[in-house]
Amino acid sequence: MAEPAIIVHGLKKYFGEVRALDGVDIEVTRGTVFGLLGPNGAGKTTMVRILATLLPPDDGEARVAGYDVVKEAATLRSVIGLTGQYAAVDEHLTGRENLELVGVLNHIGKPESRKRAVELLERFDLIEAADRQAKTYSGGMRRRLDLAASLVANPQVLFLDEPTTGLDPRGRMQLWGIIRELVQEETTLLLTTQYLEEADVLSDRIAVIDGGHVIAEGTPDELKSRVGGEVIEVVVADPSQLEVAVAQLSGLGTGAPHVDEITRRITVPVGEHGGHVLAETVRRLDQAGVEFTDLALRRPTLDDVFMTLTGHAAEEAPANGQAAAARGGRRGRGRA
Amino acid sequence: MSAIDVEAPAPPVVHHGTVANTVSDILAVTKRNLIRYVRVPSLLVFSTIQPVMFVLLFRYVFGNAIRLPFFPYPYVDYLMPGIFIQTVIFGSTQTGVGLAEDLTKGMVDRFRSLPMARSAVLAGRTLSDTVRNAFVVLLMTIVGYLVGFRIHTSIVPAVAGVVLALAFGLAFSWISAWIGLAVRDVESTQAASFVWIFPLVFASTAFVSASSLPGWLQAWAKINPVSVTVDSLRALLEGWPSQAYHLWASIGWVVGILVVFVPLSVNKYRRSV
Ligand SMILES: Nc1ncnc2c1ncn2[C@@H]1O[C@H](COP(=O)(O)OP(=O)(O)OP(=O)(O)O)[C@@H](O)[C@H]1O
Ligand SMILES: [Mg+2]
Repeated sequence: MAEPAIIVHGLKKYFGEVRALDGVDIEVTRGTVFGLLGPNGAGKTTMVRILATLLPPDDGEARVAGYDVVKEAATLRSVIGLTGQYAAVDEHLTGRENLELVGVLNHIGKPESRKRAVELLERFDLIEAADRQAKTYSGGMRRRLDLAASLVANPQVLFLDEPTTGLDPRGRMQLWGIIRELVQEETTLLLTTQYLEEADVLSDRIAVIDGGHVIAEGTPDELKSRVGGEVIEVVVADPSQLEVAVAQLSGLGTGAPHVDEITRRITVPVGEHGGHVLAETVRRLDQAGVEFTDLALRRPTLDDVFMTLTGHAAEEAPANGQAAAARGGRRGRGRA
Repeated sequence: MSAIDVEAPAPPVVHHGTVANTVSDILAVTKRNLIRYVRVPSLLVFSTIQPVMFVLLFRYVFGNAIRLPFFPYPYVDYLMPGIFIQTVIFGSTQTGVGLAEDLTKGMVDRFRSLPMARSAVLAGRTLSDTVRNAFVVLLMTIVGYLVGFRIHTSIVPAVAGVVLALAFGLAFSWISAWIGLAVRDVESTQAASFVWIFPLVFASTAFVSASSLPGWLQAWAKINPVSVTVDSLRALLEGWPSQAYHLWASIGWVVGILVVFVPLSVNKYRRSV
């Protein structure tokens, strides 16, 4: 077996009091997609920045493509590609010039840079806009250009930090398509996301990260089985009846019900006897006079996994007040 | 994972870190920066309009009131070296602004993830601002000629004078680079530059003679890098003042600033995460 493309061992990074990474271990097999899934402030960007040699770790070890991210950073840079959380394209250059610049700075030579630029512009559906300044690009086009830039030098390992944040559903699907293609070319990919569905669709393995810790790791299926079978989902018609409904449903499943007040949705993990519990649910809600607009028995999604593991939904701020407070003080960056 | 399983990684195809690559990296970054000045001409227009206004203001409004008992030529010949130096200093403040912008827009992250020379981002930035300064100095020379400015020496000292002015601008670009990397914000860098530029330019002999300044300012005005450089430029373009002191002092400042601020800025850049 070849050495894993990414080996991370006991990785720590502190920003003052904030433990952005607090002892992380992961391994990513060559040619696979690894999803790093976590809410705001989980430490995803910190992880990517360390692996892409932008940030030195405080403790622990990380090797990418066989190179140590600190001691062999210079060599490592020639075999990795990075697309950061915020599109890093030069607005005043055209799409083509942006890609050619990255090629030249990757030392692949001027002619090869030109050739790669055209290939990538075509592949990313940017050829028509190739000679327009990037400041005229839409958010989705910028994202694609940014992704193309990280591919100019055919990296062995690619890092994508929240590649689809800010894209509309169509843009997201398009990017997913591109990412799937990449993987067929034997690139190792580490991507971060807050979208559970995205990690599910794209990744071979997923690490769920929260507050600087990996709290679960496995294939999407393994993680789903952690929830234990199926989930019942009820959408209550009248918000004032939420409390009554929750009271009726607690104790029914294998875990505590989770309530989302905004969507008036209650989810309950129910294990393997879903059908039976479903009938019981209907009976109890009926008895209590709770009206519902939707009731379903379904396979768990990663949302449910997240709930089970952390006790809070991925979209909610983590209970860890320290991380949340520190986030407020971060220097802001204009989202492209 | 055992050591035996480890396969040697494929050797990278290209050799990075050679001198040729470093030069090519610097030129690529320089070109990228210059393209911006071409695509956003308003940047250049505004940095040119301002010194032109200074020329007109001093030549036609204040000039008559400024007395220069020792200077053998009209005031405009005294004024233009001051304008050149003021122009390159103001131009050099853009170095910090440009770097702060690259930092906040994530371009520096992109560059730092590439196998390019670490020095190329800073060197390319200061170089492109020097090229831009050369262009503006040329423009100001033409404007000066239109309002009566003349060079009273010959071509060799005149060219040396231009080189000195640009070298002075380059040195200040490195100060500005350090400020931009420390402040990391476009507007603050812009504002910060006026704080250190104003006392340098206006408490100097750029527009008036040292003897016309209040006593307590005279001592500073005589050693101020702007003063000694403007006076060197006068010596090289107009043959006045004749002492070599100014030239050595000016070269001393340029070298001194570079020796201090190049390592400081490079260090800041390396650690800008
Ligand atoms: N340069 C920094 N200085 C201080 N604190 C930082 C810095 N960078 C990150 N942090 C803190 O470290 C923690 C992890 O941040 P990180 O950016 O890695 O999270 P993330 O998972 O990428 O979040 P998001 O989904 O919001 O991008 C946060 O609490 C953040 O405030
Ligand atoms: Mg992030």
